[in-house]
Amino acid sequence: MAEPRPVLEMTGIVKEFPGVRALSGVDFRLFPGEIHALMGENGAGKSTLIKVLTGVHTLDGGTITLDGKAVRIGSPLQAQHAGISTVYQEVNLCPNLSVAENIFIGREPTRAGRIQWKQIRKEAAEMVDRLGLDIDVTAPLSSYPLAVQQLVAIVRSVGHGDSDGEGSGTKVLVLDEPTSSLDRDEVLELFRLMRRLRDEGVAILFVSHFLDQIYEICDRMTVLRNGTLVGEHMVADLDQVGLIELMIGKALDQLEELHEHQLRSDVGETLVKAEGLGRTGGIAPFDLEIKKGEVLGLAGLLGSGRTELARLLFGADQPDSGKVTVAGKQVSMSAPNDAIGAGVAFCSENRKTEGLVPDLTVRENIILALQASRGWTRPIPASQRDELVAKYIKALDIRPANPEARVGQLSGGNQQKVLLARWLITQPKLLILDEPTRGIDVGAKAEIQKLVVSLSEDGMSVLYIAAELEEVLRLSHTIGVLRDRKLVAQLTNGPEITTSKILETIASGEHQ
Amino acid sequence: MSTPAVTTPSRWRALTRHHLFWPVAVLIALLLVNVPFTPDFFAIRMADGHLYGSLVSIVLFGSPLILVAVGMTLVIATGGIDLSVGAVVAITGALTCSYISDQADQNALAGVFLAMGIGLVAAVVCGLWNGFLVARMGIQPIIATLIIMVAGRGVAQLITDGQIITINSEPYKLIGGGYWLTLPFSIFVVAAVVAVTVALTRRTALGLLVESVGGNAEASRLVGIRSRRIKIMVYMFCALCAGIAGLMISSNTSAADGNNAGLWIELDAILAVVIGGTSLLGGRFSIGGTVIGALVIQTLTTTIYTIGVPTQTNLVFKAAVVIVVCLLQSPKFRAKVFGAKGARTTAPAEPATPADAAPKMEVSR
Repeated sequence: MAEPRPVLEMTGIVKEFPGVRALSGVDFRLFPGEIHALMGENGAGKSTLIKVLTGVHTLDGGTITLDGKAVRIGSPLQAQHAGISTVYQEVNLCPNLSVAENIFIGREPTRAGRIQWKQIRKEAAEMVDRLGLDIDVTAPLSSYPLAVQQLVAIVRSVGHGDSDGEGSGTKVLVLDEPTSSLDRDEVLELFRLMRRLRDEGVAILFVSHFLDQIYEICDRMTVLRNGTLVGEHMVADLDQVGLIELMIGKALDQLEELHEHQLRSDVGETLVKAEGLGRTGGIAPFDLEIKKGEVLGLAGLLGSGRTELARLLFGADQPDSGKVTVAGKQVSMSAPNDAIGAGVAFCSENRKTEGLVPDLTVRENIILALQASRGWTRPIPASQRDELVAKYIKALDIRPANPEARVGQLSGGNQQKVLLARWLITQPKLLILDEPTRGIDVGAKAEIQKLVVSLSEDGMSVLYIAAELEEVLRLSHTIGVLRDRKLVAQLTNGPEITTSKILETIASGEHQ
Repeated sequence: MSTPAVTTPSRWRALTRHHLFWPVAVLIALLLVNVPFTPDFFAIRMADGHLYGSLVSIVLFGSPLILVAVGMTLVIATGGIDLSVGAVVAITGALTCSYISDQADQNALAGVFLAMGIGLVAAVVCGLWNGFLVARMGIQPIIATLIIMVAGRGVAQLITDGQIITINSEPYKLIGGGYWLTLPFSIFVVAAVVAVTVALTRRTALGLLVESVGGNAEASRLVGIRSRRIKIMVYMFCALCAGIAGLMISSNTSAADGNNAGLWIELDAILAVVIGGTSLLGGRFSIGGTVIGALVIQTLTTTIYTIGVPTQTNLVFKAAVVIVVCLLQSPKFRAKVFGAKGARTTAPAEPATPADAAPKMEVSR
């Protein structure tokens, strides 16, 4: 294949944040008609590079050339006009507007200054149709689950390029972790569309932490580590082990260690017991027991009620039926305070909206839960606070290791670690982790899983929710299987339990 | 890592990036504007054992505004707003003065204290009502506090029977018009309230929890912060501050005017908070910034008189200055006007205030 001219070339890109050098002299190029993976651990600079490219951050050094012309991209709008469309990891749409409005926001077709609502609805419906999605475009975006919202974001982004020959179409499509909340069918749907766009000559920059997906869809990849370029390779020339070694810069023993790890076998007495706990529209009434030191994994498709179950156990939503006892005492569960008081902690799957306070520092975010439980009148003494924060920054390897950094400036994986630290510091009895490894790279994923194992060894119970069945299977003593908002089975983990067995249970909806 | 060669510019940059830099710069600039018109503007002289001078007057006349703005800061930090403070000023003044005026001996200390207590309790009840509507009923703060803003003036007039109540009480006069240790007594009241507020928010965890609630309400709920309780407290505190301002204003004039006492003070207070660098979106707040913001506004009012802006146009003049001040504080605007060099280190994706003002290592360019 003769190498055509790259559609996009970034040379010597430098980006600094106060106290952090996120990118130092990174080169990156993108050819038309290819799907290009950007690989690297959390904090390697993937998101920063993308944000520089899409005009969210202004660059502090280096040049960007698009179609052979040097460009200055000062804002996301300029990036769009230049033909660079983006779908971010976390959905950046307006949940209160309708799907159609979200797709057309900022580029509404108008006639004589009036917005053509009919046309918007019609075209939006066509675009959604083309993706093979069954979405009512007049319904508010918030009425759909996160996965569908993500798809809408993609429709919005590619729709811009498709708008029949007017202006510059999409030359570069950036997909930052678009698949992290999609199930297998939705991913396939997305891939089909990506391939079609690629064949039309669009250059696609794809970021995903699912290595299998990279190998399935991508042609070429660029690997970053600690803000520097490690290399650019054809996907066919580099196997997965080689890639991971490039990403983390060391051999894979860390991951293998985990595979060999034996689950602690002697779980203690019952810690948390839910009886007939349920909420209309959330999850059907269920009974559940979690023992001391047990890891209870929840398996099920997206939207099967995994998150809803966890939220009920934490009192984030109010149950309409049933009761919860923790260590023998009934807990009212009318608000998260009650659960927290009983020793339950909850890391939401939505880091940005339900977890972090982005304006506050790493330190403040870490101590928030502990401080809240002490009440405002009893501040944590400064020396004790700094010691605790330093300890957890070190233990979880939060980067940058600067307690004064604004948490909003950290990468996704490090933000997740801050949330973990926030709850670990309160020494909960039951830790609920909802998709703690979503949008996180292999290295951090392994670290978090190892942490779960060691917490369980120390006697902490964990409710673990993950989309990847292997992950649930590897960590859990017991696996709760959900289907259609019902807890259909609880399987005791053992040699006979495999992912296909779990899949079977999900598919049949009954315990065999 | 800091090499000596970069010390001076990085110190300068650390200074310009301090969150109080622009408010203080504006305040100094406004004060300097007065000098050509009043050469002895900065002079402070002693007469009858009292200190006099423009600077003293600015602090004295700005006292009620500082009080109201300090309370407003906390409300705004939770993501709310309190439009009712002006009405609370009027209610407190009306209740206190009408109680004092009913006394046989208006100079009796016990009576004056009781009157002040009644006024302040009424103020706190107003705050409780606001907090209840916002935190318990889930009404938008701007609407919830609009109720007392409108109805409160009516209540104040009911209390005074639509009259301006004048009193003649020496002890009461002290709060807003008296002197102590050569300085106006109001200054001590303000200093005490500011000190208590700073201690309350920064010595306890209240400040952190308020910033958390304002920064991300849902995350705060899930982390177990009793955000309703905090919001109610904050509205009560804001009303208490407004109540003290109400005592000060009515004491200064020895009269309660239900119609005009504290009129539009809510708008000046919100402006002071914003000039002080606290975002209306909630989250990070700065009491020090608010105090300076209030002083900027009072200085502006004084300046309007000293440089002789005609009365008809002084609101327009004030508006123009406020626009300039707000523009100067916007990093985006500064980047456009003063070139890119000052703004490069601030990520453009982030709104307004650089959250963390501590000096940081900088790579010199």
